Amino acid sequence: MVLNIGPQHPSTHGVLRLKVKTDGEIVSEITPIIGYLHRCFEKHCENLSYEQVIPYTDRCDYIASMNNNFGYVVAVEELMGIEVPERVEYIRVIMAELNRIASHLLALGTYGLDIGAFTPFLYMFRDRERILDLFEMTCGARLLYNYMWVGGLSHDLPVGFVEAAYDFLDYFEPQVKEYNDLLTYNKIFIERTADIGVLPAEVAINYGVTGPNLRGSGVAWDLRKAEPYSVYDRFEFDIPVGKGLVGSVGDCWDRYWVRVQEMLESVKIIRQALQKMPSEGDVHAALPKKVRPPKGSIYKRTESPRGDLGYYIISSGKPVPFRIKMRSPAFTALCVLDEIARGWMISDVLAILGSLDIVLGEIDR
Amino acid sequence: MSQDIRTILKKAFPAAIVEQEAETEDYLEVRPGEWFEIATFLHDTPELKFDSLQCITGVDWGPEAHLEVRYNLHSMEHKHKLEIRIVLDRTAPEVPSVEKIWRVADWFEREVYDMYGIVFTGHRNLRRILLPDDWVGWPLRKDYETPETYHGIVVPKIKEEWE
Repeated sequence: MVLNIGPQHPSTHGVLRLKVKTDGEIVSEITPIIGYLHRCFEKHCENLSYEQVIPYTDRCDYIASMNNNFGYVVAVEELMGIEVPERVEYIRVIMAELNRIASHLLALGTYGLDIGAFTPFLYMFRDRERILDLFEMTCGARLLYNYMWVGGLSHDLPVGFVEAAYDFLDYFEPQVKEYNDLLTYNKIFIERTADIGVLPAEVAINYGVTGPNLRGSGVAWDLRKAEPYSVYDRFEFDIPVGKGLVGSVGDCWDRYWVRVQEMLESVKIIRQALQKMPSEGDVHAALPKKVRPPKGSIYKRTESPRGDLGYYIISSGKPVPFRIKMRSPAFTALCVLDEIARGWMISDVLAILGSLDIVLGEIDR
Repeated sequence: MSQDIRTILKKAFPAAIVEQEAETEDYLEVRPGEWFEIATFLHDTPELKFDSLQCITGVDWGPEAHLEVRYNLHSMEHKHKLEIRIVLDRTAPEVPSVEKIWRVADWFEREVYDMYGIVFTGHRNLRRILLPDDWVGWPLRKDYETPETYHGIVVPKIKEEWE
């Protein structure tokens, strides 16, 4: 029997259609059908100036807009050879890590929802709200920020931000224990996720799976450590990897657990960044008068909450980019679904899909 | 890219590597004919071991010029990377598919096909991925003209090229 899941379905995290071939309850083949959210990002970029592309990157992965901005501006800056003031670098790291926590909270909350645990979702959204408040305080926007500019930032930190950020971190850290009690070590949750949808490391690499999904398979690969960009080489943090604590390495629970641990690592990074950040500095100091990179091309990748976010930018020396290609981590994560979900039951397919943490805006672009 | 990779590849595939004027450039230009063998070699040779395909980018250099495909490879073990560029003829763009070597290329190649009409020979499931199956034309080509309607729905016009 062929079963259609989606395009409008609560468990598909956006507008995704899965054509599932089943044999009774067992799934024999999955064909994801994507493109429902295609907004011609790459075509639009060829008609926009470099600065005007930034709001469009926001709308690709709308859960982690800061990280999308970050990857793009880092790539353009490297192409142009711009040195960014230290304060800007630190603020960017703080924002990116706060957004990583917000993104993981959403991923974990909705994952619980997929599996049938409603309460943790409310707890996590309550805490995510506080991060959005911090963003609102900084740049006025709660979802699509357009905060990072080529060479700087749109606004400096507002008065009282550092204290508010410390307040949030002090509040947030004990909350993680609450999530663990509610969801992570919940017996029903473990039954639903442990040993399900095991993704072996070599399959993950072959399929280009990155980020928490790859680390869940036990590969300690994180671009913030492996190819440090911005000022990430100045912070101390660990790379959590899946260890198969309740099942086998690379199962759904491991991918979930890695995200929980990563939130704590992000807290560590933010604390260090708040401490080391220079208190003086103009965030507009390095803004170029004209963003017009020299002829050439660059492939730059950064670590977004979902994995390697790459931008391939070709410049022809004009104020409009000749070509921008965005390599999105969720695209490759969805690509592996058929491989790891075959042979499982239909209800497990939704558990596996949820554990991959995809954002359709980024897949379809 | 280290010179070693270039030397190793030149030794193994003397005919397939295009000579470049400046050898310091960070990429390698390859002729499409032997690409599948080169890719297998890059993936399987222990001292290269490019086990991860990062990205495939299609490029159109204009209505009078050629098409191009660029592959960004990376090795998780040796931590080195390599960019491969393949120049293709505009009228009949064909390049061997590497989908069997790196499974992720399955979707990447479908996306390039979708946007540029570049045919990846040997791909087992080459059809459109982001656009509807009955879409006409290759949208990311520079000479693409937006259709006025799609199934009776008016397509909004893109504003004039920004300059």
